[in-house]
Amino acid sequence: MADFSFWVILENLLKATQWTVILSLVAFVSGGIVGLILLFLRVSKIPALERAVAGYIEFFQGTPLLMQLFLFFFGVALFGLEVSPWLAAWLALTFWTSAFLTEIWRGCVEALPRGQWEAAESLAFSYIEQMRYVILPQAARIAVAPTVGFSVQVVKGTALTSIIGFVELTKAGTMLNNATFRPFLVYSLVALIYFALCYPLSLYAKHLEGRFNVAR
Amino acid sequence: MSLVSIKDVRKNFGNVEVLRGVSMEVAQGDVVAIIGRSGSGKSTLLRCINGLETYDSGSIKADGIEVGAKDTDLRMLRRNVGMVFQQFNLFPHLTAEENVMLAPKVVNKVSDHEAKALAAETLAKVGLAEKAKSYPSQLSGGQQQRVAIARSLAMRPHVLLCDEITSALDPELVNEVLRVVEQLAKEGMTLILVTHEMRFARDVGSKLVFMHHGKVHEEGHPKEVFAAPKTPELQNFIGSIG
Repeated sequence: MADFSFWVILENLLKATQWTVILSLVAFVSGGIVGLILLFLRVSKIPALERAVAGYIEFFQGTPLLMQLFLFFFGVALFGLEVSPWLAAWLALTFWTSAFLTEIWRGCVEALPRGQWEAAESLAFSYIEQMRYVILPQAARIAVAPTVGFSVQVVKGTALTSIIGFVELTKAGTMLNNATFRPFLVYSLVALIYFALCYPLSLYAKHLEGRFNVAR
Repeated sequence: MSLVSIKDVRKNFGNVEVLRGVSMEVAQGDVVAIIGRSGSGKSTLLRCINGLETYDSGSIKADGIEVGAKDTDLRMLRRNVGMVFQQFNLFPHLTAEENVMLAPKVVNKVSDHEAKALAAETLAKVGLAEKAKSYPSQLSGGQQQRVAIARSLAMRPHVLLCDEITSALDPELVNEVLRVVEQLAKEGMTLILVTHEMRFARDVGSKLVFMHHGKVHEEGHPKEVFAAPKTPELQNFIGSIG
Protein backbone atom coordinates (compact mmCIF):
# COMPACT_ATOMS: atom_id res chain seq x y z
CA MET A 1 0.00 0.00 0.00
CA ALA A 2 1.27 3.38 -0.97
CA ASP A 3 2.51 5.51 1.85
CA PHE A 4 0.49 8.71 2.17
CA SER A 5 2.50 11.26 4.05
CA PHE A 6 0.88 14.34 5.52
CA TRP A 7 2.13 16.45 2.63
CA VAL A 8 0.75 14.13 0.01
CA ILE A 9 -2.65 14.28 1.68
CA LEU A 10 -2.53 18.05 1.92
CA GLU A 11 -1.38 18.42 -1.67
CA ASN A 12 -4.25 16.31 -2.94
CA LEU A 13 -6.78 18.17 -0.85
CA LEU A 14 -5.55 21.52 -2.12
CA LYS A 15 -5.81 20.31 -5.69
CA ALA A 16 -9.41 19.34 -5.09
CA THR A 17 -10.01 22.70 -3.39
CA GLN A 18 -9.58 24.29 -6.80
CA TRP A 19 -12.81 22.61 -7.84
CA THR A 20 -14.60 23.75 -4.74
CA VAL A 21 -13.52 27.30 -5.53
CA ILE A 22 -14.42 27.06 -9.22
CA LEU A 23 -17.81 25.50 -8.51
CA SER A 24 -18.52 28.13 -5.85
CA LEU A 25 -17.61 31.00 -8.14
CA VAL A 26 -19.50 29.67 -11.13
CA ALA A 27 -22.59 28.86 -9.08
CA PHE A 28 -22.49 32.24 -7.36
CA VAL A 29 -22.15 34.19 -10.60
CA SER A 30 -24.76 32.23 -12.53
CA GLY A 31 -27.03 32.15 -9.48
CA GLY A 32 -26.60 35.91 -9.21
CA ILE A 33 -27.56 36.44 -12.84
CA VAL A 34 -30.63 34.21 -12.56
CA GLY A 35 -31.42 35.84 -9.21
CA LEU A 36 -31.32 39.32 -10.72
CA ILE A 37 -33.69 38.32 -13.50
CA LEU A 38 -36.02 36.72 -10.97
CA LEU A 39 -35.83 39.85 -8.81
CA PHE A 40 -37.25 41.93 -11.68
CA LEU A 41 -40.17 39.51 -11.86
CA ARG A 42 -40.52 39.18 -8.08
CA VAL A 43 -41.13 42.92 -7.53
CA SER A 44 -42.87 43.56 -10.86
CA LYS A 45 -46.31 44.24 -9.32
CA ILE A 46 -47.71 41.70 -11.79
CA PRO A 47 -49.38 39.24 -9.39
CA ALA A 48 -49.03 36.13 -11.57
CA LEU A 49 -45.28 36.69 -12.07
CA GLU A 50 -44.70 37.57 -8.44
CA ARG A 51 -46.49 34.44 -7.28
CA ALA A 52 -44.66 32.20 -9.73
CA VAL A 53 -41.27 33.45 -8.52
CA ALA A 54 -42.38 33.26 -4.89
CA GLY A 55 -43.27 29.61 -5.50
CA TYR A 56 -39.89 28.96 -7.10
CA ILE A 57 -38.16 30.52 -4.07
CA GLU A 58 -40.29 28.51 -1.64
CA PHE A 59 -39.40 25.31 -3.44
CA PHE A 60 -35.65 25.85 -3.43
CA GLN A 61 -35.59 27.25 0.10
CA GLY A 62 -37.98 24.63 1.44
CA THR A 63 -36.24 21.49 0.19
CA PRO A 64 -32.74 20.21 1.03
CA LEU A 65 -30.01 21.11 -1.42
CA LEU A 66 -28.99 17.46 -1.45
CA MET A 67 -32.41 16.46 -2.73
CA GLN A 68 -32.18 19.13 -5.42
CA LEU A 69 -28.83 17.69 -6.49
CA PHE A 70 -30.40 14.22 -6.72
CA LEU A 71 -33.28 15.59 -8.77
CA PHE A 72 -30.94 17.16 -11.29
CA PHE A 73 -28.53 14.22 -11.36
CA PHE A 74 -30.99 11.33 -11.47
CA GLY A 75 -34.14 13.11 -12.58
CA VAL A 76 -32.76 14.43 -15.83
CA ALA A 77 -31.30 11.01 -16.60
CA LEU A 78 -34.86 9.66 -16.64
CA PHE A 79 -35.43 11.62 -19.83
CA GLY A 80 -32.53 9.80 -21.40
CA LEU A 81 -30.13 12.71 -21.07
CA GLU A 82 -26.66 12.04 -19.76
CA VAL A 83 -25.88 14.43 -16.92
CA SER A 84 -22.34 14.71 -15.64
CA PRO A 85 -21.86 15.35 -11.91
CA TRP A 86 -20.35 18.73 -12.83
CA LEU A 87 -23.40 19.80 -14.84
CA ALA A 88 -25.86 18.58 -12.21
CA ALA A 89 -23.89 20.32 -9.46
CA TRP A 90 -23.71 23.55 -11.40
CA LEU A 91 -27.42 23.54 -12.28
CA ALA A 92 -28.63 22.67 -8.79
CA LEU A 93 -26.37 25.20 -7.09
CA THR A 94 -27.35 27.89 -9.58
CA PHE A 95 -31.07 27.47 -8.93
CA TRP A 96 -30.55 27.13 -5.19
CA THR A 97 -28.33 30.23 -5.05
CA SER A 98 -30.69 32.25 -7.23
CA ALA A 99 -33.62 31.51 -4.93
CA PHE A 100 -31.80 32.75 -1.84
CA LEU A 101 -30.28 35.79 -3.57
CA THR A 102 -33.63 36.84 -5.03
CA GLU A 103 -35.17 36.70 -1.59
CA ILE A 104 -32.28 38.65 0.00
CA TRP A 105 -32.44 41.28 -2.72
CA ARG A 106 -36.21 41.55 -2.57
CA GLY A 107 -35.85 42.50 1.07
CA CYS A 108 -33.36 45.21 0.10
CA VAL A 109 -35.65 46.57 -2.62
CA GLU A 110 -38.60 46.63 -0.25
CA ALA A 111 -36.58 48.46 2.37
CA LEU A 112 -36.63 51.53 0.10
CA PRO A 113 -39.42 54.05 0.62
CA ARG A 114 -42.40 53.74 -1.73
CA GLY A 115 -41.89 57.36 -2.66
CA GLN A 116 -38.80 56.42 -4.65
CA TRP A 117 -40.91 54.30 -6.98
CA GLU A 118 -43.60 56.95 -7.19
CA ALA A 119 -41.14 59.73 -7.99
CA ALA A 120 -39.56 57.66 -10.75
CA GLU A 121 -42.98 56.62 -12.04
CA SER A 122 -44.15 60.24 -12.10
CA LEU A 123 -41.11 61.18 -14.17
CA ALA A 124 -42.36 58.76 -16.85
CA PHE A 125 -39.74 56.05 -16.24
CA SER A 126 -40.63 52.56 -17.42
CA TYR A 127 -40.46 49.72 -14.91
CA ILE A 128 -37.03 48.66 -16.15
CA GLU A 129 -35.79 52.26 -15.96
CA GLN A 130 -37.17 52.67 -12.45
CA MET A 131 -35.28 49.58 -11.37
CA ARG A 132 -32.09 50.40 -13.20
CA TYR A 133 -31.64 54.06 -12.36
CA VAL A 134 -33.47 54.52 -9.07
CA ILE A 135 -34.16 51.31 -7.19
CA LEU A 136 -31.21 48.99 -7.83
CA PRO A 137 -28.43 51.54 -7.19
CA GLN A 138 -29.92 52.17 -3.76
CA ALA A 139 -30.83 48.56 -3.02
CA ALA A 140 -27.34 47.41 -4.05
CA ARG A 141 -25.78 49.44 -1.25
CA ILE A 142 -27.85 47.59 1.33
CA ALA A 143 -27.47 44.27 -0.47
CA VAL A 144 -23.68 44.00 -0.61
CA ALA A 145 -23.10 42.81 2.95
CA PRO A 146 -25.81 40.09 3.11
CA THR A 147 -24.87 38.95 -0.40
CA VAL A 148 -21.22 38.45 0.51
CA GLY A 149 -22.43 36.80 3.70
CA PHE A 150 -24.52 34.36 1.68
CA SER A 151 -21.54 33.41 -0.50
CA VAL A 152 -20.28 31.47 2.55
CA GLN A 153 -23.37 29.27 2.27
CA VAL A 154 -22.59 28.60 -1.38
CA VAL A 155 -19.04 27.49 -0.59
CA LYS A 156 -20.32 25.13 2.08
CA GLY A 157 -23.14 23.99 -0.17
CA THR A 158 -20.64 22.69 -2.73
CA ALA A 159 -19.63 19.98 -0.21
CA LEU A 160 -22.90 18.17 -0.96
CA THR A 161 -21.96 17.71 -4.60
CA SER A 162 -19.45 15.08 -3.40
CA ILE A 163 -22.42 12.74 -2.95
CA ILE A 164 -23.26 12.71 -6.65
CA GLY A 165 -19.61 12.03 -7.40
CA PHE A 166 -18.23 15.45 -8.17
CA VAL A 167 -14.63 15.46 -6.99
CA GLU A 168 -14.16 18.59 -4.94
CA LEU A 169 -12.72 19.08 -1.49
CA THR A 170 -15.10 16.86 0.47
CA LYS A 171 -15.05 14.06 -2.10
CA ALA A 172 -11.25 14.16 -2.19
CA GLY A 173 -11.25 13.94 1.59
CA THR A 174 -13.45 10.85 1.48
CA MET A 175 -11.24 9.22 -1.12
CA LEU A 176 -8.07 9.99 0.82
CA ASN A 177 -9.65 8.62 3.97
CA ASN A 178 -10.52 5.41 2.20
CA ALA A 179 -6.92 5.07 1.15
CA THR A 180 -5.25 6.10 4.39
CA PHE A 181 -7.74 5.26 7.18
CA ARG A 182 -6.76 8.45 8.95
CA PRO A 183 -10.16 10.09 9.12
CA PHE A 184 -9.40 12.55 11.86
CA LEU A 185 -6.35 13.96 10.13
CA VAL A 186 -8.01 14.07 6.71
CA TYR A 187 -11.28 15.65 7.81
CA SER A 188 -9.51 18.10 10.10
CA LEU A 189 -7.58 19.33 7.11
CA VAL A 190 -10.74 19.45 5.01
CA ALA A 191 -12.47 21.50 7.69
CA LEU A 192 -9.51 23.87 7.99
CA ILE A 193 -9.47 24.47 4.27
CA TYR A 194 -13.21 25.24 4.23
CA PHE A 195 -12.68 27.58 7.14
CA ALA A 196 -9.82 29.31 5.33
CA LEU A 197 -12.17 29.88 2.38
CA CYS A 198 -15.20 31.00 4.36
CA TYR A 199 -13.81 33.02 7.22
CA PRO A 200 -12.37 35.84 5.07
CA LEU A 201 -15.75 36.09 3.34
CA SER A 202 -17.52 36.37 6.68
CA LEU A 203 -15.07 38.98 7.88
CA TYR A 204 -15.46 40.94 4.67
CA ALA A 205 -19.26 40.84 4.99
CA LYS A 206 -19.02 42.18 8.53
CA HIS A 207 -16.66 44.91 7.41
CA LEU A 208 -19.04 45.94 4.62
CA GLU A 209 -21.97 45.98 7.00
CA GLY A 210 -20.14 48.41 9.25
CA ARG A 211 -19.08 50.61 6.37
CA PHE A 212 -22.52 50.96 4.84
CA ASN A 213 -24.16 51.55 8.18
CA VAL A 214 -21.86 54.48 8.78
CA ALA A 215 -22.41 55.80 5.27
CA ARG A 216 -26.15 55.94 5.73
CA MET B 1 -60.49 73.65 -23.77
CA SER B 2 -59.66 72.25 -20.40
CA LEU B 3 -56.18 70.99 -19.76
CA VAL B 4 -57.47 68.66 -17.08
CA SER B 5 -61.05 67.52 -17.12
CA ILE B 6 -62.41 65.38 -14.30
CA LYS B 7 -65.91 63.97 -14.61
CA ASP B 8 -67.83 62.12 -11.90
CA VAL B 9 -64.79 60.20 -10.63
CA ARG B 10 -65.44 57.58 -8.00
CA LYS B 11 -63.04 55.43 -6.07
CA ASN B 12 -63.28 52.97 -3.19
CA PHE B 13 -60.55 51.68 -0.94
CA GLY B 14 -62.16 48.43 0.15
CA ASN B 15 -65.58 49.54 1.31
CA VAL B 16 -64.53 53.11 2.05
CA GLU B 17 -65.67 55.56 -0.61
CA VAL B 18 -62.80 58.02 -1.00
CA LEU B 19 -64.06 59.78 -4.10
CA ARG B 20 -67.81 60.03 -4.52
CA GLY B 21 -68.33 61.62 -7.89
CA VAL B 22 -65.77 64.40 -8.30
CA SER B 23 -65.92 66.73 -11.28
CA MET B 24 -63.53 69.57 -12.01
CA GLU B 25 -62.23 71.53 -14.97
CA VAL B 26 -58.75 73.01 -15.06
CA ALA B 27 -57.86 75.40 -17.86
CA GLN B 28 -54.45 76.36 -19.18
CA GLY B 29 -52.78 78.71 -16.69
CA ASP B 30 -55.14 77.94 -13.83
CA VAL B 31 -53.75 77.71 -10.33
CA VAL B 32 -56.13 75.40 -8.54
CA ALA B 33 -55.84 75.04 -4.79
CA ILE B 34 -57.57 71.99 -3.35
CA ILE B 35 -58.25 72.23 0.36
CA GLY B 36 -60.10 70.07 2.82
CA ARG B 37 -59.66 67.92 5.89
CA SER B 38 -57.40 64.90 5.80
CA GLY B 39 -59.36 61.97 4.46
CA SER B 40 -61.49 64.17 2.24
CA GLY B 41 -59.94 62.55 -0.84
CA LYS B 42 -57.90 65.49 -2.10
CA SER B 43 -54.55 63.70 -2.34
CA THR B 44 -56.18 60.64 -3.86
CA LEU B 45 -57.79 62.82 -6.51
CA LEU B 46 -54.44 64.43 -7.33
CA ARG B 47 -52.77 61.03 -7.60
CA CYS B 48 -55.50 59.84 -9.96
CA ILE B 49 -54.62 62.61 -12.39
CA ASN B 50 -51.22 61.15 -13.27
CA GLY B 51 -52.25 57.55 -12.80
CA LEU B 52 -50.46 56.85 -9.51
CA GLU B 53 -53.87 55.73 -8.27
CA THR B 54 -56.59 54.12 -10.31
CA TYR B 55 -60.23 55.08 -10.08
CA ASP B 56 -63.32 52.93 -10.36
CA SER B 57 -65.60 54.98 -12.58
CA GLY B 58 -65.92 58.36 -14.24
CA SER B 59 -63.26 59.89 -16.43
CA ILE B 60 -60.13 61.97 -16.13
CA LYS B 61 -58.66 63.57 -19.19
CA ALA B 62 -55.28 65.22 -18.69
CA ASP B 63 -53.34 66.94 -21.45
CA GLY B 64 -55.57 65.23 -24.00
CA ILE B 65 -55.03 61.73 -22.63
CA GLU B 66 -57.78 59.63 -21.04
CA VAL B 67 -56.01 58.52 -17.86
CA GLY B 68 -58.10 55.53 -16.91
CA ALA B 69 -58.50 53.92 -20.33
CA LYS B 70 -57.11 50.40 -20.60
CA ASP B 71 -54.70 51.13 -23.43
CA THR B 72 -53.49 54.46 -22.06
CA ASP B 73 -49.73 54.92 -22.20
CA LEU B 74 -49.19 56.42 -18.77
CA ARG B 75 -45.61 57.22 -19.71
CA MET B 76 -46.80 59.61 -22.42
CA LEU B 77 -49.08 61.27 -19.89
CA ARG B 78 -46.41 61.60 -17.23
CA ARG B 79 -43.97 63.28 -19.58
CA ASN B 80 -46.32 66.25 -19.58
CA VAL B 81 -47.86 66.02 -16.13
CA GLY B 82 -45.28 66.59 -13.39
CA MET B 83 -45.67 65.82 -9.73
CA VAL B 84 -44.06 67.11 -6.55
CA PHE B 85 -44.51 65.15 -3.33
CA GLN B 86 -44.86 65.93 0.34
CA GLN B 87 -41.77 63.86 1.15
CA PHE B 88 -39.69 65.33 -1.74
CA ASN B 89 -38.67 61.84 -2.88
CA LEU B 90 -35.37 62.98 -4.28
CA PHE B 91 -33.05 60.18 -5.34
CA PRO B 92 -30.54 60.10 -2.45
CA HIS B 93 -27.78 58.43 -4.44
CA LEU B 94 -27.64 61.30 -6.95
CA THR B 95 -26.59 64.93 -6.62
CA ALA B 96 -29.14 67.72 -7.07
CA GLU B 97 -27.97 68.19 -10.62
CA GLU B 98 -28.11 64.47 -11.38
CA ASN B 99 -31.59 64.27 -9.90
CA VAL B 100 -32.72 66.92 -12.36
CA MET B 101 -30.84 65.46 -15.33
CA LEU B 102 -31.96 61.86 -14.97
CA ALA B 103 -35.47 61.96 -16.43
CA PRO B 104 -34.61 64.19 -19.41
CA LYS B 105 -31.75 61.86 -20.25
CA VAL B 106 -33.50 58.55 -19.69
CA VAL B 107 -37.02 59.40 -20.81
CA ASN B 108 -36.55 62.19 -23.34
CA LYS B 109 -33.16 60.93 -24.59
CA VAL B 110 -31.65 64.36 -24.22
CA SER B 111 -27.85 64.53 -24.53
CA ASP B 112 -25.71 64.82 -21.43
CA HIS B 113 -24.75 68.34 -22.45
CA GLU B 114 -28.34 69.48 -22.91
CA ALA B 115 -29.42 67.81 -19.69
CA LYS B 116 -26.69 69.71 -17.83
CA ALA B 117 -27.91 72.99 -19.31
CA LEU B 118 -31.47 72.07 -18.37
CA ALA B 119 -30.39 71.31 -14.81
CA ALA B 120 -28.50 74.60 -14.56
CA GLU B 121 -31.54 76.49 -15.83
CA THR B 122 -34.11 74.84 -13.58
CA LEU B 123 -31.90 74.86 -10.48
CA ALA B 124 -31.28 78.58 -11.04
CA LYS B 125 -35.01 79.07 -11.32
CA VAL B 126 -35.56 77.58 -7.86
CA GLY B 127 -32.60 79.56 -6.52
CA LEU B 128 -30.24 76.64 -6.03
CA ALA B 129 -27.69 77.02 -8.82
CA GLU B 130 -24.86 76.81 -6.30
CA LYS B 131 -26.15 73.51 -4.85
CA ALA B 132 -25.90 71.52 -8.09
CA LYS B 133 -23.21 69.21 -6.73
CA SER B 134 -24.84 68.64 -3.31
CA TYR B 135 -26.48 65.40 -2.36
CA PRO B 136 -30.03 65.54 -0.98
CA SER B 137 -28.76 64.62 2.49
CA GLN B 138 -26.65 67.80 2.47
CA LEU B 139 -29.66 70.03 1.77
CA SER B 140 -32.35 71.41 4.06
CA GLY B 141 -35.93 70.28 3.58
CA GLY B 142 -36.83 73.47 1.77
CA GLN B 143 -33.86 73.13 -0.53
CA GLN B 144 -34.69 69.49 -1.22
CA GLN B 145 -38.23 70.40 -2.14
CA ARG B 146 -36.99 73.11 -4.49
CA VAL B 147 -34.69 70.58 -6.17
CA ALA B 148 -37.72 68.29 -6.51
CA ILE B 149 -39.59 71.13 -8.21
CA ALA B 150 -36.63 71.72 -10.53
CA ARG B 151 -36.58 68.00 -11.30
CA SER B 152 -40.21 68.16 -12.42
CA LEU B 153 -39.70 71.37 -14.37
CA ALA B 154 -36.85 69.84 -16.35
CA MET B 155 -39.43 67.68 -18.13
CA ARG B 156 -41.19 70.90 -19.20
CA PRO B 157 -44.58 69.71 -17.94
CA HIS B 158 -47.84 71.24 -19.11
CA VAL B 159 -49.35 70.74 -15.65
CA LEU B 160 -47.64 70.45 -12.29
CA LEU B 161 -49.35 68.53 -9.49
CA CYS B 162 -48.25 69.49 -5.98
CA ASP B 163 -49.24 67.14 -3.18
CA GLU B 164 -48.97 69.03 0.13
CA ILE B 165 -45.47 70.06 -0.82
CA THR B 166 -44.87 72.19 2.29
CA SER B 167 -46.47 69.90 4.86
CA ALA B 168 -43.25 68.07 5.76
CA LEU B 169 -41.24 71.27 6.14
CA ASP B 170 -40.22 73.18 9.23
CA PRO B 171 -42.29 76.38 9.40
CA GLU B 172 -39.37 78.66 8.59
CA LEU B 173 -38.69 76.75 5.35
CA VAL B 174 -42.21 76.91 3.97
CA ASN B 175 -41.95 80.33 2.40
CA GLU B 176 -38.92 79.66 0.22
CA VAL B 177 -40.85 76.82 -1.43
CA LEU B 178 -44.07 78.82 -1.76
CA ARG B 179 -42.16 81.70 -3.38
CA VAL B 180 -40.93 79.32 -6.08
CA VAL B 181 -44.46 78.07 -6.71
CA GLU B 182 -45.79 81.61 -6.81
CA GLN B 183 -43.17 82.49 -9.41
CA LEU B 184 -44.25 79.51 -11.52
CA ALA B 185 -47.87 80.64 -11.25
CA LYS B 186 -46.91 84.11 -12.42
CA GLU B 187 -45.14 82.62 -15.43
CA GLY B 188 -48.37 80.93 -16.43
CA MET B 189 -47.67 77.35 -15.34
CA THR B 190 -50.85 75.36 -14.79
CA LEU B 191 -50.78 74.17 -11.20
CA ILE B 192 -53.01 71.90 -9.16
CA LEU B 193 -52.06 72.06 -5.50
CA VAL B 194 -53.32 70.15 -2.54
CA THR B 195 -52.43 72.48 0.26
CA HIS B 196 -52.97 73.55 3.83
CA GLU B 197 -51.51 77.01 3.19
CA MET B 198 -54.75 79.01 3.17
CA ARG B 199 -53.12 82.38 2.71
CA PHE B 200 -51.17 81.07 -0.26
CA ALA B 201 -54.32 79.51 -1.74
CA ARG B 202 -56.10 82.84 -1.43
CA ASP B 203 -53.31 85.05 -2.74
CA VAL B 204 -51.91 82.93 -5.53
CA GLY B 205 -54.75 80.61 -6.52
CA SER B 206 -57.05 81.39 -9.39
CA LYS B 207 -59.51 78.76 -8.26
CA LEU B 208 -60.30 77.18 -4.93
CA VAL B 209 -61.80 73.75 -4.47
CA PHE B 210 -63.00 72.63 -1.06
CA MET B 211 -63.33 68.87 -0.81
CA HIS B 212 -65.46 67.21 1.81
CA HIS B 213 -66.30 63.51 2.16
CA GLY B 214 -64.99 62.65 -1.29
CA LYS B 215 -66.87 65.39 -3.12
CA VAL B 216 -66.27 68.92 -4.33
CA HIS B 217 -68.27 70.67 -1.68
CA GLU B 218 -67.67 74.25 -2.68
CA GLU B 219 -65.60 75.97 -5.34
CA GLY B 220 -64.99 79.36 -6.82
CA HIS B 221 -62.54 82.22 -6.90
CA PRO B 222 -60.38 81.95 -3.76
CA LYS B 223 -60.84 85.53 -2.59
CA GLU B 224 -64.62 85.30 -2.89
CA VAL B 225 -64.86 81.85 -1.37
CA PHE B 226 -62.69 82.78 1.59
CA ALA B 227 -64.52 86.08 2.11
CA ALA B 228 -67.95 84.48 2.04
CA PRO B 229 -67.95 80.67 2.39
CA LYS B 230 -71.44 79.43 1.60
CA THR B 231 -71.57 76.02 3.23
CA PRO B 232 -71.34 75.45 6.98
CA GLU B 233 -68.68 72.78 6.39
CA LEU B 234 -66.33 75.25 4.73
CA GLN B 235 -67.11 77.92 7.31
CA ASN B 236 -66.25 75.36 9.93
CA PHE B 237 -63.07 74.32 8.16
CA ILE B 238 -61.82 77.87 7.70
CA GLY B 239 -62.72 78.60 11.31
CA SER B 240 -60.79 75.60 12.58
CA ILE B 241 -57.68 76.62 10.66
CA GLY B 242 -57.86 80.18 11.97
